[in-house]
Amino acid sequence: MLSNHTIRWILKPAIFLAALGPCAWLLWAALTGTFSADPLADITNETGVSTLRFLCITLAVTPLRRLTGWNGAIRFRRMLGLFAFFYGTLHLLTYVIADRFAGLDLPAGIVKWKAVRDLAASVGTDIYKRPFIMLGFTAWIVMAPLAATSTAGMIRRLGGRRWQLLHRLIYVSAVAGVVHYWWLVKADVRRPETYALVVGGLLVVRLWWSQSRKRPVATAVAA
Amino acid sequence: MLIKPPTSIPSAEITDRKLYLNRREFVRAVTWVAGGAAAEVLGETFLQAAQPAPHGRKLDNVQKSGFSTDEKPNTWEQITTYNNYYEFGTDKEQPSLLAPSLKTEPWTVAVEGECNKPAVYHLEDILKGQTLEDRIYRHRCVEAWSMVIPWVGFPLANFIKKCEPTSKAKFVEFTTLSDPKQMPGARVAVLDWPYVEGLRMDEALHPLTILVVGLYGEALPNQNGAPLRLAVPWKYGFKHAKSIVRIRFVEKQPLNTWQRQAPTEYGFYANVNPTVDHPRWSQASERRLPGFFKNHKTLMFNGYADQVASLYTGMDLRKNF
Repeated sequence: MLSNHTIRWILKPAIFLAALGPCAWLLWAALTGTFSADPLADITNETGVSTLRFLCITLAVTPLRRLTGWNGAIRFRRMLGLFAFFYGTLHLLTYVIADRFAGLDLPAGIVKWKAVRDLAASVGTDIYKRPFIMLGFTAWIVMAPLAATSTAGMIRRLGGRRWQLLHRLIYVSAVAGVVHYWWLVKADVRRPETYALVVGGLLVVRLWWSQSRKRPVATAVAA
Repeated sequence: MLIKPPTSIPSAEITDRKLYLNRREFVRAVTWVAGGAAAEVLGETFLQAAQPAPHGRKLDNVQKSGFSTDEKPNTWEQITTYNNYYEFGTDKEQPSLLAPSLKTEPWTVAVEGECNKPAVYHLEDILKGQTLEDRIYRHRCVEAWSMVIPWVGFPLANFIKKCEPTSKAKFVEFTTLSDPKQMPGARVAVLDWPYVEGLRMDEALHPLTILVVGLYGEALPNQNGAPLRLAVPWKYGFKHAKSIVRIRFVEKQPLNTWQRQAPTEYGFYANVNPTVDHPRWSQASERRLPGFFKNHKTLMFNGYADQVASLYTGMDLRKNF
């Protein structure tokens, strides 16, 4: 299929640039003033939805590899997963800074230890009080160890099996992310439904395959 | 060569036509869903940009009002491209793209219920003899953003008096246009159409409550609820019924659409109140658009406490949210 050279020097950089698209679009909108009347909503929505997109695309890598038999697909997975974490982090920072930090009563212009404490308290209370934020936060925090252990060195240190087990946490992140989206929408749940369908489909396919792998073993035991 | 008669296919092997059609439908449905999902996952960014409303007819003889705030109003572009008007779609920019084709002339409002003058009124008759006023109001959405909007309108009380409500009229119910032919959003059952709102009689008669027909001294753009909408500045935006087609005087408290949708989140009164949070977000502060930060302190009754607090003396506003 595709040569090592093509993947490494053409396809990967191309996907990397494409993955920066939403980020570039936001920067462009900021520089040219083409945000809507509510720039915070634009940024929050775009970064949040991009996180879900990259979670879906990352989860699609294994099924794609299995269906097409193209093992080269696996070489994009880490980058795609890290982009999910990247957009998730931007999404969280937007909320912490523009929604929480901005609402604090601060002594003008000076950042003090008290401000940090107040911010932590404000974020903590909000997460505790609002289930949809709690889920969003869960989706992000679960991704953090995956991003930290995404290097080849960490895979070696953890050992393939343990690493793989740990990285199944992405399922938790994707489900929490979809429910987070669902619960924040006021009435029109068509978009969250779409993501639920995609994530659901990608998880069911895995379950299906793992069942059909187990079945022959079960027959052998019965025999 | 022997040509077998078609009967040699055992009838059991012929796919039932209904099944066959079902299968085709199924494949088509799966293709649609997968295609739709892919488009959704990849393409949400490329939504069409909002379109500010074209400037409308200049309204004559508009008076100034002591009720106006001296805060700086939002721009025409901001006010006409950022709208919650679900009959034209649930994205904020959709009404600016889909509402312009709404036909607002001729327009009638049916007045019904507990009153001596029930009738179908033409908009011109409703406006006859009314003095239009500039009312620059703070507008606070339940979603914790706010704007300052220079409405043009007249007190709802003036029109209510013309209808002569009886002593049984304790509440006023407003029904807004729901025309799936003209309003693409109304074809989708995201809310229970038509949109219904209501006010207690004393709220409806309050001098701050106005029927709006204009913006910035011009005829009201469609995306803002043309040709006739409510402004009740001490209440959250969803109380402001747009494109009103029916006003009904009733004895019992109407069930407004959002309360019907989610009674734990939206009440009947919906007074702006920084001390009562919406279950999913705090109401203590707001984003004054186009500002980026949620750092604008929300005021009790949206800053109109001096005028309206007395309407609610003795009421538990935590319960009556």
